[in-house]
Amino acid sequence: MSPRRGFRHPGSFGSSLPERGLLLLVLIVLLQGSLLPFGAASSPDVGHRDEADVHAEAEEKHNFTKKPFPVLSFEYKHIQVPFEISLWVLLASLMKLGFHLIPRLPGIVPESCLLILVGLLVGGLIKLAGQKVPPVLDSNLFFFCLLPPIILDAGYFLPIRPFMENLGTILMFAVVGTLWNAFFIGGLLYAVCQIQPNNPSDLHSLELLPCLLFGSIISAVDPVAVLAVFEEIHINELLHILVFGESLLNDAVTVVLYHLFEEYSGVGSVTVIDGVLGVISFFVVALGGVLVGAIYGILAAFTSRFTSHTRVIEPLFVFVYSYMAYLSAEMFHLSGIMALIACGAVMRPYVEANISHKSHTTIKYFLKMWSSVSETLIFIFLGVATVDGQHNWNWTFVTVTVVLCLVARVIGVVGLTYVINKFRIVKLTTKDQFIVAYGGLRGAIAFSLGFLLDKRHFPLRNMFLTAIIIVIFFTVFVQGMTIKPLVDLLAVKKKQEAKRSINEEIHTQFLDHLLTGIEDICGHYGHHHWKDKLNRFNKKYVKKCLIAGERSKEPQLIAFYHKLEMKHAIELVESGGGAKLSSAIPSTVSMQNIQPKKPAPAKPEDRVLPKLSKSREEEIRKILRSNLQKTRQRLRSYNRHTLLADPYEDNFGEFLLKKQKMMALDKKIQDMNNYLTVPAAPPDSPTLCRARLASDPQAYSMKPALDSVPTIQVDLASPQSPDSVNILDEFQRSEQAAAAEEGEDDGGLMMKAPTRPHERCNAGEMDAGTREKLSRCLSDPGPHAEDEDEDEPFLP
Amino acid sequence: QQQQQQQQRRHYEELAHKSGFSTEQIKNLHKRFRQLSGNKETISRANLDSIPALANNPIKKQIIDAFFDKRNQRQDDEVGSLEEIGLEQFLMVMSHFRPPAHKSGEEERQAARRQKLRFLFNMHDTDGDGIITLVEYRKELLSKSGAIGHQAAKAIADAAMLEVASTNAPHMAPDDFYEGITFEHFQQILKGLEMESRMHIRFLDVDTTTMRCGKATS
Repeated sequence: MSPRRGFRHPGSFGSSLPERGLLLLVLIVLLQGSLLPFGAASSPDVGHRDEADVHAEAEEKHNFTKKPFPVLSFEYKHIQVPFEISLWVLLASLMKLGFHLIPRLPGIVPESCLLILVGLLVGGLIKLAGQKVPPVLDSNLFFFCLLPPIILDAGYFLPIRPFMENLGTILMFAVVGTLWNAFFIGGLLYAVCQIQPNNPSDLHSLELLPCLLFGSIISAVDPVAVLAVFEEIHINELLHILVFGESLLNDAVTVVLYHLFEEYSGVGSVTVIDGVLGVISFFVVALGGVLVGAIYGILAAFTSRFTSHTRVIEPLFVFVYSYMAYLSAEMFHLSGIMALIACGAVMRPYVEANISHKSHTTIKYFLKMWSSVSETLIFIFLGVATVDGQHNWNWTFVTVTVVLCLVARVIGVVGLTYVINKFRIVKLTTKDQFIVAYGGLRGAIAFSLGFLLDKRHFPLRNMFLTAIIIVIFFTVFVQGMTIKPLVDLLAVKKKQEAKRSINEEIHTQFLDHLLTGIEDICGHYGHHHWKDKLNRFNKKYVKKCLIAGERSKEPQLIAFYHKLEMKHAIELVESGGGAKLSSAIPSTVSMQNIQPKKPAPAKPEDRVLPKLSKSREEEIRKILRSNLQKTRQRLRSYNRHTLLADPYEDNFGEFLLKKQKMMALDKKIQDMNNYLTVPAAPPDSPTLCRARLASDPQAYSMKPALDSVPTIQVDLASPQSPDSVNILDEFQRSEQAAAAEEGEDDGGLMMKAPTRPHERCNAGEMDAGTREKLSRCLSDPGPHAEDEDEDEPFLP
Repeated sequence: QQQQQQQQRRHYEELAHKSGFSTEQIKNLHKRFRQLSGNKETISRANLDSIPALANNPIKKQIIDAFFDKRNQRQDDEVGSLEEIGLEQFLMVMSHFRPPAHKSGEEERQAARRQKLRFLFNMHDTDGDGIITLVEYRKELLSKSGAIGHQAAKAIADAAMLEVASTNAPHMAPDDFYEGITFEHFQQILKGLEMESRMHIRFLDVDTTTMRCGKATS
């Protein structure tokens, strides 16, 4: 998941003037925010006055007396609500900005803590000003506006593979763990409340069921808080997905328990039947939520299939369908969070195959932006609501709650891990268990659920709210602040920032097939067998429906490979084509180093080109055609310019078509043969170095211009039979194919044959020669035309 | 009858010692072995070929070859392939898919990873010379996912090879020739994948509650 925190300025606190300016701005905003309710208070008068004015005017119109025209008037009321919302959002964002400008603070204190403090401050200011604090953490606002973006962001970018691999563990923690927490806390609280026979206090009136309800509210790990803290500590993937997955999936349990206990708290007892119904309800809520999400996800994927002509609104579909999935699930009292997660996870692979690159970026950044703002607002509002809320402080209740939460969590995690480890291959160590237990943070969801309680049914609601807030504060402040040093202290494995290489991808897929095969040989229908079946079903039926055009048949490896290429092409553009890109090791290896059994050429010939996008190629063609004389300066300059052309694909099919057209164009160019009069560059010239660097392992993709080099033509039209791997055969076949296809221009099937040495006729030699020159001039002014004899074919 | 059972048990124990499975697992695997071989003593390629579930697997041939490959028997660097394999050889190949023991130390895990990577390496290195050349890599990619065309497979194989070369032998002069991927390079490029915990079959785990293998008739 890309970091939502953005960058951290490493304390370059050189000029404090902009910093002061920012603080001043913040203060002004704060004051404005707190003074506005003044305006709000006085606005009824304004309103009255307006009405009075209107009446007066009406009367006056009758009398036709003239009033001076109001040049400037102040009317707050009718913009009040949007204005205040915008003000809050602005405040939240400015706070975020401010934190990152302060040098060492973000490293020590997690953002969530700071935001709560700011909320406390703002709430305090408002209260000091004597105004009524707006009920900002209104449950409707929270559940319908603030929570969905965060969950959608989490669901859309959920790393599916680790999630599925650990699904059993996650479910155990989410379901059994939450149940255990709820009953343990609720039950023990009730017991504690009952023991105080000497001084009967409020606590005695607390029945069992409200206690259990309270337990179920407080026991759920909160995804917002977990995300906020865990994103900053960069812990390894396994632990992250365990805690985070648990926080997402326990929503179903929370929903069921909450409704169950709330319903029957009034009545006062829960029978066995109700219990059974509760269990059934759990399955309905969970699976129903997932189903609703999946349906909307498929709808979104299907819709995205047709958006090739209206790219601009593509992101809208993603957002709207997901939001509707959430609302529909909430409509039936199903788990909205699970619906959102399911929707995002289901639609993502198909939508990403269909939408344009820009839409993809848009979706990513919008989601990150909304979820970031939401999270900030939630924490600020928590602070405000703390100041404002009517509290009922009860030492016993609060302290017992906090202690019980911790104890329950630890016991739950340890016990469950003991059971889970029996079924896991990669066992969870003690360190892992500690992090999982310590990472069980509570957050705003608990508060909102408590807020929703009806005061008439739950006279001790305020006490509940106080206790919830204290637990939230405790977990976010104490646990949130100390988890980072603890992670470092315990030397827990951190996230590896390794880049996914193409070798890893190839071998991962190979391994999957291998393990499936071994399972089949053993006759065991395991894990891999079903995964393989699902993949095949997906490839055969689902992808055809949901992915537009040719991409539906694209094998995963090719898709991955294209993505990698694209990424590197973009990096190449952004770095101006010269700087070393992502490999850590500067490498001088190029394609020719790995070509087998070729007598070493005297000069570097088949220098691999950087990836050329279609527009770049067009420009290069144009330039070459018009101006055959290339100097090194010219090369460098148009290299830079053409690199700035947009490499962003839109459609691979088109790309391939264009390549083909270029091929045809090349045939025309083959008659020109006096390109280069530039002497060969010395080996260390910057151009040559750049060429070498540009022929990075990743950016090696084939030269489209050369006939002597096979090009990447994804043979989508007719699948090759895997068994006919015989390179000689292939040459013959491809030569026939090339001969047959001289005049054709179809989109899919295209193979370019390397010319065989002994069959080279003069034209062919000239062909290959000029092409080589063509390619070479783009990266490296090569040797003269005379040295063209040793033209080796690219393949043996 | 008693004698026979005892003999068999001793045989199992011997096999357990060699391959690392428990006797319970060996019994299950032996049952499966008999099923595959049609109650004969040895399995031939045709037996494995005839498993219907394997028909959809793109690397079916390589998997079957791996069973008959002498290098996977972990005996003294023999090369070549067998015609038929007995239970012991079957188990030796299967032992590559054992998950790491819970309380294994660092060297044991490294040894297990090395062993599994060696198995994978042998699958790619079809001519047994200890190096995966570009030709072999291409061939393997072509067969692996049938829908990839020749050119694309070649391109991807070239890319992968280039990546290996640049990671492991970064400073080659333009005239040097990178022979192919040796086992050390292979280990290097795949070290991020943590083979010892990924390459295993679930039911072959000694510590967890064993699920019976061979329960599906196929």
